[in-house]
Amino acid sequence: MTRYVMVADLRRCIGCQTCTAACKLTNATMPGVQWRRVVDMEVGTFPDVQRVFMPVGCQHCSDPPCMEVCPSTATGKRADGIVTIDYELCIGCSYCAVACPYEARYKVDKPTFAFGDTPTEVEARRYDPAMIGVAQKCTFCADTVDDGVSRGLTPGVDPDATPACVNSCISGALSFGDIEDPDSNVSKLLRENQHFRMHEEQGTNPGFYYLWDGARP
Amino acid sequence: MNKGTVPKLQRSWDLRAACNFIGGGTGTGLLVFAAISAVIGAPFAAAGLLALVFVGFGLSMVWLEIGKPLRAINVFFHPQTSWMTREGIVALPLFALAALAVLIALARPDLDVAAALTMEAAAAVGLGFLYCQARILRAAKGIRAWSEPAILPLIVASGFAEGAGVYLVLAGLTGAQPLWTYALALLLCGARYGAWWHYRRQLAANGAPAGTLNVLNEAEPLVAWAGHAAPAVLLVLALAGVLPDVLAVLAGLAMAVSGWFVKVTIVLRAARSNGFAVAHTPVRGRGTSRAGERHGWQLPHQGG
Repeated sequence: MTRYVMVADLRRCIGCQTCTAACKLTNATMPGVQWRRVVDMEVGTFPDVQRVFMPVGCQHCSDPPCMEVCPSTATGKRADGIVTIDYELCIGCSYCAVACPYEARYKVDKPTFAFGDTPTEVEARRYDPAMIGVAQKCTFCADTVDDGVSRGLTPGVDPDATPACVNSCISGALSFGDIEDPDSNVSKLLRENQHFRMHEEQGTNPGFYYLWDGARP
Repeated sequence: MNKGTVPKLQRSWDLRAACNFIGGGTGTGLLVFAAISAVIGAPFAAAGLLALVFVGFGLSMVWLEIGKPLRAINVFFHPQTSWMTREGIVALPLFALAALAVLIALARPDLDVAAALTMEAAAAVGLGFLYCQARILRAAKGIRAWSEPAILPLIVASGFAEGAGVYLVLAGLTGAQPLWTYALALLLCGARYGAWWHYRRQLAANGAPAGTLNVLNEAEPLVAWAGHAAPAVLLVLALAGVLPDVLAVLAGLAMAVSGWFVKVTIVLRAARSNGFAVAHTPVRGRGTSRAGERHGWQLPHQGG
């Protein structure tokens, strides 16, 4: 069995949003849509304050509430743990958006572009009408992963089989891989570091881990 | 800083979605009153018809809200786990049975027993519809104000109370207000306030976004006094024989409108996301970590 997960080392993340930009470029998401983003939070009270940068997005839960509530079966989960959306089935009811504990889902009701009503040449070329009026979210770059795997590459190790956000991370904070493989990069990181998952009390078993202490980052 | 980490108001569902809960609750509550009327031999066709209008209005609003209305049929694809699918499925027999009951009552007055039985069946299905609506909200894990388990009795009790309110108005307009309706409406008014009180208490006890609790606390005086105390007093006076025709209608209006107000408040104004939280801050620099904080939340120990 395979379950792909993401690991974010909070000690390494500097909040540069390169992952956000890489995601937007790779997936051609419209303004206001961020499948991957980094939230900037201040913890504590002055003068004892810490600043934390936290990459967020779809957590690819193994018990995804979005899939449970979806009335059209548009939201599904693959055998490798990646949570997907079938844009041809989705009715755009947004039930998944309010069921997601991680604010990971978006719906764009009409085309919007970076510079007003007229799309740039690139935007016009990459505009996909199938994405209008339906739910959308991070896919873990499933197409890239699938293509890489079909060529014998290892997701999380070979860039051609790895999500764009991970490839772009300038500090090596983001890692991707198969948690079911004890020798994978993510299994090693989780074994050697202390980690948590966000909103675990929701019981969704998210596939996104945050490292906060342990082996030297 | 902390921008984007605090619970934010959901924008996915707007007033159209709230109208579904309003129409569905009021309509199914009204169906129950129509069924009781049918059992005791009182006229029920108008109430049954109006109930269908309410439920139909709510579902139409949802249809107008979805991004792909021409694919609406896909809503029936996931009865295994989706309460939205189940709501859609239950709506079909609800409409068929209630419409048939009204039709029989109007076209064949001699078949009054058949009409009554059909209306009872419609009301029973209507209860299922109301339960589905409550579960739709309960399953929304991204919105604390909805996922609170105490939302279930609140939505069900509110549906009954709204239906009672509209029935009182309708009965007042048609000049037929039996005493049992006052007594039952009074009971339902009390039950809804109890459910509302319990819901707010549970939310605060289990922790919720501060913005959610503030909105609910601000709504409390209006809900308590105008939405429950006032109609309760009016119904008691009506039961005592003081201007029953007028006071019962006013009480009914207050009961219905306050239920709609509660739903708009919960679906739109109190509906905040979970926000983001770190369980532990990263160990850097000074080599220390602290337990994470949950910005914008009022946790149980913080009181309120």
